[in-house]
Amino acid sequence: MGAWLGRQRWLLRMGAGRLGMATERHGRAADASASSAGEPAPGGPGGRRRELLRRRASSASEPPVGASASASASAEGVRRSRPGSYSGAPSVSRQRVESLRKKRQLFPWFGLDIGGTLVKLVYFEPKDITAEEEEEEVESLKSIRKYLTSNVAYGSTGIRDVHLELKDLTLCGRKGNLHFIRFPTHDMPAFIQMGRDKNFSSLHTVFCATGGGAYKFEQDFLTIGDLQLCKLDELDCLVKGILYIDSVGFNGRSQCYYFENPADAEKCQKLPFDLKNPYPLLLVNIGSGVSILAVYSKDNYKRVTGTSLGGGTFFGLCCLLTGCTTFEEALEMASRGDSTKVDKLVRDIYGGDYERFGLPGWAVASSFGNMMSKEKREAVSKEDLARAMLITITNNIGSIARMCALNENINQVVFVGNFLRINTIAMRLLAYALDYWSKGQLKALFSEHEGYFGAVGALLELLKIP
Amino acid sequence: MAERGASGSGSSGDSLDKSITLPPDEIFRNLENAKRFAIDIGGSLTKLAYYSTVQHKVARVRSFDYSGKDAEQDHEPPYEISVQEEVTARLHFVKFENTYIEACLDFIKDHLVNTETKVIQATGGGAYKFKDLIEEKLRLRVDKEDVMTCLIKGCNFVLKNIPHEAFVYQKDSDPEFKFQTNHPNIFPYLLVNIGSGVSIVKVETEDRFEWIGGSSIGGGTFWGLGALLTKTKKFDELLHLASKGQHANVDMLVQDVYGGAHQTLGLSGNLIASSFGKSATADREFSKEDMAKSLLHMISNDIGQLACLYAKLHCLDRVYFGGFFIRGHPVTMRTITYSINFFSKGEVQALFLRHEGYLGAIGAFLKGAEQDNPNQYSWGENYAGSSGLMSSSPELCPTQRARSGTFDLLEMDRLERPLVNLPLLLDPSSYVPDTVDLTDDALARKYWLTCFEEALDGVVKRAVASQPGSVDAAERAEKFRQKYWSKLQTLRHQPFAYGTLTVRSLLDTREHCLNEFNFPDPYSKVKQKENGVALKCFPRVIRCLDALGWEERQLALVKGLLAGNVFDWGAKAVSDVLESDPQFGFEEAKMKLQERPWLVDSYSKWLQRLKGPPHKCALIFADNSGIDVILGVFPFVRELLSRGTEVILACNSGPALNDVTYCESLIVAERIAAMDPVVHSALREERLLLMQTGSSSPCLDLRYPKTPARTPGPPVRVRAAEGHSPLVGRLDKGLAVLVRERGADLVVIEGMGRAVHTNYYAALRCESLKLAVIKNSWLAERLGGRLFSVIFKYEVPAE
Repeated sequence: MGAWLGRQRWLLRMGAGRLGMATERHGRAADASASSAGEPAPGGPGGRRRELLRRRASSASEPPVGASASASASAEGVRRSRPGSYSGAPSVSRQRVESLRKKRQLFPWFGLDIGGTLVKLVYFEPKDITAEEEEEEVESLKSIRKYLTSNVAYGSTGIRDVHLELKDLTLCGRKGNLHFIRFPTHDMPAFIQMGRDKNFSSLHTVFCATGGGAYKFEQDFLTIGDLQLCKLDELDCLVKGILYIDSVGFNGRSQCYYFENPADAEKCQKLPFDLKNPYPLLLVNIGSGVSILAVYSKDNYKRVTGTSLGGGTFFGLCCLLTGCTTFEEALEMASRGDSTKVDKLVRDIYGGDYERFGLPGWAVASSFGNMMSKEKREAVSKEDLARAMLITITNNIGSIARMCALNENINQVVFVGNFLRINTIAMRLLAYALDYWSKGQLKALFSEHEGYFGAVGALLELLKIP
Repeated sequence: MAERGASGSGSSGDSLDKSITLPPDEIFRNLENAKRFAIDIGGSLTKLAYYSTVQHKVARVRSFDYSGKDAEQDHEPPYEISVQEEVTARLHFVKFENTYIEACLDFIKDHLVNTETKVIQATGGGAYKFKDLIEEKLRLRVDKEDVMTCLIKGCNFVLKNIPHEAFVYQKDSDPEFKFQTNHPNIFPYLLVNIGSGVSIVKVETEDRFEWIGGSSIGGGTFWGLGALLTKTKKFDELLHLASKGQHANVDMLVQDVYGGAHQTLGLSGNLIASSFGKSATADREFSKEDMAKSLLHMISNDIGQLACLYAKLHCLDRVYFGGFFIRGHPVTMRTITYSINFFSKGEVQALFLRHEGYLGAIGAFLKGAEQDNPNQYSWGENYAGSSGLMSSSPELCPTQRARSGTFDLLEMDRLERPLVNLPLLLDPSSYVPDTVDLTDDALARKYWLTCFEEALDGVVKRAVASQPGSVDAAERAEKFRQKYWSKLQTLRHQPFAYGTLTVRSLLDTREHCLNEFNFPDPYSKVKQKENGVALKCFPRVIRCLDALGWEERQLALVKGLLAGNVFDWGAKAVSDVLESDPQFGFEEAKMKLQERPWLVDSYSKWLQRLKGPPHKCALIFADNSGIDVILGVFPFVRELLSRGTEVILACNSGPALNDVTYCESLIVAERIAAMDPVVHSALREERLLLMQTGSSSPCLDLRYPKTPARTPGPPVRVRAAEGHSPLVGRLDKGLAVLVRERGADLVVIEGMGRAVHTNYYAALRCESLKLAVIKNSWLAERLGGRLFSVIFKYEVPAE
């Protein structure tokens, strides 16, 4: 059963952030915005984009769109992407789903988040199986359970984050453990093939999936695996997931945390944070790209903006600059590098602080600015470059997040996403930058399950847990 | 001496090119009289600013003492012309690559005669690096000025003084530059300076600005990271690479994440989900072009996004972009504009500046000149001395750019007084003087450029002829030809080089070029002769008019105005006739005129109006010397005076073509007063006032009737000449003030340049009369008429 993750590739666990940025060359949005600085034509793509930034109403009341950023598109019949419905599903399966809805969902319980880089899978392992149940349990179901829970790695690229496992969780009246598994998106075909080999379709289970890949791989799931995906909006899932996970805690500990004295290596401490008043909240999801949401209540949020400079940019550029092959390797190099050799600091230009503007000498004036000089290019190490890349991307995200927080008048900012996995440098930098530039007004918060919230949200949707 | 190389020891490394030779005459102009220096040393370019005075010739006219008995001798010219030297103030800005800095400093040292200067204001990141070199070479103390303060001072300065300074970049239009008419109030605005990093500054008033944010991802990131990724060292080459790349090979797009589903979801699949998201793999090679393009998008988008976030937070909708990342590069202007439109959904406007590269140098200069309060003056761009906006598009021509971009010049002339609007304009903020924007209208542009090219020989000939005593006139005229020709060629390829291209700017550029080579008034002799001839005809014309009945006379007066307007040496159709037929006169001109109904004909309405009460005061902008002003305008003026209307006759301050100048008008008025009691008493009683417009252009910009530098002393009120008494009175209020004082309720604008090329659509608060004879068949055709069609446009503002 180990065949599905056979390719030797880099391990990376980042969800694709949602749409970041624009390119100017093609696309309807591009045409509209390039045409003039004036009002976009009503109903045109400009209007649609505006819609995008509109505060989302409750996901239940708004005509929901799957992973779309465009709420208005739904009005024109994108119904099949409604959460909980099947795209192109024949009436038989719809009936099946409907009947399933009435009682408890059959096992296995999965939640899937297929990002641009990483697939995140959460799996609920029931621990309260009665003997009767055990007897009834079909062989394939049993084998899946055994396989997932007895291994910590699947093939060469699948990883179970054992340290994140949530024990003795009660979900829909069942007690069990929640497992967190990730593998690269490019191994999706192998995953689907495994589903076919293991005859998943016979289990009559529902695969709730979110992320862009839910759309991209939908047809493959259907034709190869005979599996129908229930596609879900990734932002809905993300918000649901984070609120739920925060509410259940982390095996008795706090899910949410912050850094005290982030700039001081000696005194820096990771401390639990009680998110008892979560709203309003700025949610910054750093996957391959970055999405920034303003969350006002459980089901009232809006996407504020996003940037294409995310984890994928850090890792992609690190690959090009240093030849590294894994995210871990990139971070490890970064931990040994010195970014001040690469970046031009304020003090490099002004000899010290730039008092006129209150800029401290240590602030980066130009990321990679020293690399304009041939001598300096020759003097830097790969580690220095990796570090500078990390600092550049992190600072930029911090800066955009801070501006969004100001514009939205929100002062707690939660950073999530797999870019932050094992990435203390980035987290501490975000914590420091937010505090420093906001003069203590903004607080950077983090969450233990960084990148899995979308997958958790998908699972919750499967179980219809509000 | 001109080709001094740098004399250094060679130890200073590869940054200084020792073998450079400078064509200094054309670069560091007027260095002998240079007074105040400022320098802005950036990462790769140095901008030097200095104040200097320019001595050039001006034509003066002086009345003979004609009170004696020989006053009306037949072959005598009506006045004498003398050429005098005049000194005006000029600001020079020179931009060159840092590699030339040592050679340039040496050159300056050798040519700097004036030794009063002790200090040089320096700004820019490189100021401290070159401090010692500057002090050693120039023996001037380096005073360092804050970079951002200089930048903003410079920005305010160009926004206030240079028309069409700011433009938006429109990717798919031709040309891509859309210039903005100057906003009466430039504050508040956001300035985003993209140097190696990004500074975002909110400018609230002349002296108040605030650094509100910045980003370390800027031009240095593009350059530094780009150099690492592509092994390409030069910024321009990187941009060139980027312009050829496909970013989608490197970036992870929405469609890469969503597959084909993005369409049904209404998403744009081409949005970038993750910059460089596809490069996270060891087993693929990426092209330099693709990586450079992806990098450019990443950085431009990021800056645009931050700029929008700051603009939103501070409720600003105008964002000016500057810094070397922008500096006229179409590639970066395009991506930044796109990004701003995308992130602001069209609510924020990305604006760029023609002289963006000079802001620091201008600001540093202004800092140093603070005791002279340079902001009290108005300055105008000298088209002859300025290089214009270099199209630095690497896609277009990377090699040519490298050459032509080496030295870049900006010169500005000082105007003695602040510019003011004509108070009679209905809405100064929406007033656009020019009728046709040749930047937009490619057909018209082609026609007029060709037209000016074809007329060039004639202008050169006229220029030489105007200075018969000068040994080097032919040589200077040839230089003039080359200069203006090359300007025309530049404008053919880059119509946007000096802002919006118009017939007015083409005419003005020609005047600037003529002045540059000391042809202050090529038509002085022609005008002198024609004024003499016309003055002799004046009594006869008046007699004829007075013999007519009232209604007949009104039409004759208007026809006279129009016929007079045929005498325009600026129009080739006319100058050909005048050259070939010296006998061509007033009556012949009347024959040429179109019969009524004219092309635009509101004469009946005008006549009707004349039957009503007289106007309180008429402001008349006159056009040509000779028959036009003497036999056309003055009889018309005389009739108005007789009706009880006061008249302000406004003429150009400086010469342009055969247009009548203010000084000439004084003499002409004096001579007419001697022949005609109506004009005589009107002058004496100050019911007829002669004023200068402040302009030296054949066209008219009503925003700025200004008092120029070249005329000594304040504007002059003419008194009727009595005996030997001087013509010069004193009036230290400008035309605009006078217009307000006298309550002008009629504006008469005469001639193609003032009433058709400009002001044809100008809306005024009071009644106006715009009249002209179309002396250009192409223009006539365009307006639906033919050669010598008549425009008679009488307008009454809506109540």
